[in-house]
Amino acid sequence: MEPILNVKNLTMNFGGLKALDTVNLTVEKGQIAALIGPNGAGKTTFFNCITGIYEPSEGLVEITPPGKPTQKLNGLKTNYVTERGLARTFQNIRLFEGMTVLENVMIGRHCRLKSGIIKAMLRTSSQKDEEKQAVYDSYEILEKIGLDQYVDEMAVNLPYGAQRRLEIARALATDPFLLLLDEPAAGMNPQETKELDELIVWLRDNENVSILLIEHDMKLVMSLSDNIHVVDYGKKIAEGTPEEVKSNPEVIKAYLGDESEDA
Amino acid sequence: MVTKKEIKQSFFIALWFMVLTFPLMVIKVNTIKNIVVFRWTNLIWVGIVGFLASLIWNYFLRMKDEKKKADTKDNIPIVHRLLQNEKFRIPFLAAIGIFALVYPFVFPMYHTSIMISALVYVMLGLGLNIVVGLAGLLDLGYVAFYAVGAYAYALLNLHFGISFWVVLPIAALLGTIFGTLLGYPVLRLRGDYLAIVTLGFGEIIRIVLENWDELGNGPRGIGNIPSPSFFGHQFNQHNSVIYIYFIVIALVLLTIFFVNRLENSRIGRAWIALRDDEIACQAMGIDKFKTKLTAFALGATWAALGGVVFAAKTSFINPMSFTIWESITILCVVVIGGMGSAIGVIAGALVLILLPEYLRAVAEYRMLVFGALQVVVMVFKPEGLIQGVRKIYKFKKVEE
Amino acid sequence: MRKLNILLGVAIAGIAGFFGIKEIIADPVYFLELVLGGLTRGSIYALIALGYTMVYGIIQLINFAHGEIYMIGAMTALIVASVLGLWGWNSGVIVFLAFAFAILYSCAYGFTVEKIAYKPLRNAPRLSALISAIGMSLFLQNYVMLAQTPEFMPFESLIPDFQFWEPFAHIITAVEMSIIVTTVIVMILLGMLIKFTKIGKAMRATAQDKVMASLVGINVNRVISTTFVVGSATAAIGGVLIACHVGQVNFFIGFLAGIKAFIAAVLGGIGSVPGAVLGSLVLGISESMFTGYFWSEYEDVFAFTILVIILIFRPSGILGKDETSKV
Ligand SMILES: Nc1ncnc2c1ncn2[C@@H]1O[C@H](COP(=O)(O)OP(=O)(O)OP(=O)(O)O)[C@@H](O)[C@H]1O
Ligand SMILES: [Mg+2]
Repeated sequence: MEPILNVKNLTMNFGGLKALDTVNLTVEKGQIAALIGPNGAGKTTFFNCITGIYEPSEGLVEITPPGKPTQKLNGLKTNYVTERGLARTFQNIRLFEGMTVLENVMIGRHCRLKSGIIKAMLRTSSQKDEEKQAVYDSYEILEKIGLDQYVDEMAVNLPYGAQRRLEIARALATDPFLLLLDEPAAGMNPQETKELDELIVWLRDNENVSILLIEHDMKLVMSLSDNIHVVDYGKKIAEGTPEEVKSNPEVIKAYLGDESEDA
Repeated sequence: MVTKKEIKQSFFIALWFMVLTFPLMVIKVNTIKNIVVFRWTNLIWVGIVGFLASLIWNYFLRMKDEKKKADTKDNIPIVHRLLQNEKFRIPFLAAIGIFALVYPFVFPMYHTSIMISALVYVMLGLGLNIVVGLAGLLDLGYVAFYAVGAYAYALLNLHFGISFWVVLPIAALLGTIFGTLLGYPVLRLRGDYLAIVTLGFGEIIRIVLENWDELGNGPRGIGNIPSPSFFGHQFNQHNSVIYIYFIVIALVLLTIFFVNRLENSRIGRAWIALRDDEIACQAMGIDKFKTKLTAFALGATWAALGGVVFAAKTSFINPMSFTIWESITILCVVVIGGMGSAIGVIAGALVLILLPEYLRAVAEYRMLVFGALQVVVMVFKPEGLIQGVRKIYKFKKVEE
Repeated sequence: MRKLNILLGVAIAGIAGFFGIKEIIADPVYFLELVLGGLTRGSIYALIALGYTMVYGIIQLINFAHGEIYMIGAMTALIVASVLGLWGWNSGVIVFLAFAFAILYSCAYGFTVEKIAYKPLRNAPRLSALISAIGMSLFLQNYVMLAQTPEFMPFESLIPDFQFWEPFAHIITAVEMSIIVTTVIVMILLGMLIKFTKIGKAMRATAQDKVMASLVGINVNRVISTTFVVGSATAAIGGVLIACHVGQVNFFIGFLAGIKAFIAAVLGGIGSVPGAVLGSLVLGISESMFTGYFWSEYEDVFAFTILVIILIFRPSGILGKDETSKV
């Protein structure tokens, strides 16, 4: 078992509100892990803290990219976190609406490309090759995710489910070793959810990425996850396999306490 | 089309405007001679204009809403369609090329001179377009870098006798350095603070120039700036205007060429993405600060180049050429022409600069109209006169 | 970083203090004059800064046209006072009517500007609204210039040199005193409006969360309009007072005053009403000191430098809170 993400005592205060309270969490290589909890439990805040969008009040975030030494992520800016191999999607879809689907994915390639201003102005052959390669790679990713039919569409014009998948494609384009998916199935119909389920497993098996996902769709979570972490009011209350979590009294209480929320 | 309700509403709005503008439009006091004049005709005009404007305003607002609902297919501007069409592109560009080529020989010098001013604005507009249009950074102190270029030429020439062609790259470099130096602290700020700080910086440069006599003679400025030479040959006045005209044309072409390449590169994509959504951009591994800084510094570079040409053309500069109005005019060129659209900016510069030159009668109203246009464009057509069209990246399966 | 900031602040204050004390001992009356002059200046900034800070608090927009509202207030007062003066009205009535019309018209302009230039852009990118605001500012300046005159117009002070104030007049004039007193009264009234009235509560709620506010039945459009109107009213008062103080107005006075007031608002912590007042006083007094003891021609440079420094080291201002925007 190789841990690739290791979070210790993560705490996030917003004024008086403790959105996260000493949360510990580990994701292992090749795992599909899930982070669940009622609305407002602090799941998205957790993602924001480890990706450097928020600066956590306390705690340690460490990653161990495959084949590389362990390193601390605390205090790193978001773009460096991405560069080190942690890519994420957003709960409220944040695509570049004025760009085509292909270009959205090309933006994801940005941190893996090198040519700067001078090369771009002179359009050197290395720059041209790189651009060509970027188009090629991006298209390939779209094919894998099953979005190649939309390649020239504007991102805004895509159906909702496809937009969620495009978020995944874009994140994948940054060559991550760990994908953080924030409610990837939100707003999808059962058919789309099923396809998403297959896609996530396929990604894990073929793309060498591990996955940590936030999700409210319990059926999806239970069928997908190797390991589930449960948070409530910023505190981690349980962890384990789907079976263990399902029968955990604390978890049941957390969910039943808030009746609008269930599997 | 126009309902009774709208007419009634417009009537009341007209009344409102008549009341609103009454003290300023109708009464005119001369506090020195102690006379008051009532200009009642103005009241009638305000009423009529207010009524019509309100009708038109409402009509367009409604159109805008309907358009949004109907989600019309991407309406590409005619210019772009002409340019995309193989059959038209060559003749179209050739016509423009020939016109530009013969222009200074056909028209009197006065017109060439005005055209040079307009073309300098094209350059400045294209430069600012990188900053505002592509990267979405509102820079209200753009004129500061323009001043850097102009003073660089004037001073380097005055003290060291350095020629136009040598100063050109030096000024560009100075522009980049100044852009980076200013950008470094301020680009970390939230977007709207940037506007105020850059505005402040523009004013600081002007105030310093006005008060620092040893540097550039203060308000009296620097005169006798030589026009560019041609391999050591100095033209007479008439020919040198024509010469500068072609230099500017060349610089404009160069600008278009480079900006176009930049726009369709890794950096250009990052600028546009950053304008749309900073958070998502950073999550894609784009360094927000560095990317903004490149846009800001590049814009400054072009402003400095424009400044050199300006100094060479007018042969006299003083701080009055670098006021906030200049920055606002350049901003108007970009915003009204079309943010992010090179063709839009060119059209914007030509229309906004040439029109007031030729219609002297309306020149007085120039800034009034600019202001109103900015509001109207933002409300009804945020993409400007001529919308930019982005390259669509194509994947060709055959090649690998 | 934080420690460094504090250290830097203490060092600067120390050096300034050292020189300051020497100067003060040399000529204490001059120092007092500078403080009072700064207080006057700061009061005017405060009256304008309130509008910026309230509008920013509610719709996160720098209302570039706010300086012009202030200018229109001063202009309207000038016109009303001149006309009535020529008609030979009683001067007390003139003062009252000039203030009343100035406030009324500034409010009307503020209201109209919001409806035309900002309301249609409520959901547009922030850059659009900002450009629209700049356009509005440009338009109003030129509108006043064309409708009236580009020249400065002499403004006869509406405030008499009160007899009872004679003994103190060499340190602070009656006009300056009136400015400070009026400002204090306006601040108290405004504070009460925000704290205790229904609309004040609605304003605070809207500033916190527009969507939530509209869900609990607050008419957000009305609140925004009210904010513009209230801000315009205080700006108008500032406009009339400064015109009395300086003795002349033209179409351009709003530009610099507006920017300075905005700087004051940022200095105090934008969005915060007490912050705007505090920031204004700090800016006014330090500007007064700077011009009094150092270079007067670099007065504006000084203000902008303060802005840049505060934005870099403490972007949330003196009283503002650090906020993490929600993602
Ligand atoms: N920037 C912020 N400032 C203040 N409070 C915040 C901020 N971001 C999040 N919060 C608060 O932190 C708590 C946790 O929010 P978070 O978005 O992490 O919940 P979540 O578990 O993702 O919920 P959901 O399932 O609804 O997405 C909430 O009470 C939220 O209001
Ligand atoms: Mg969430």
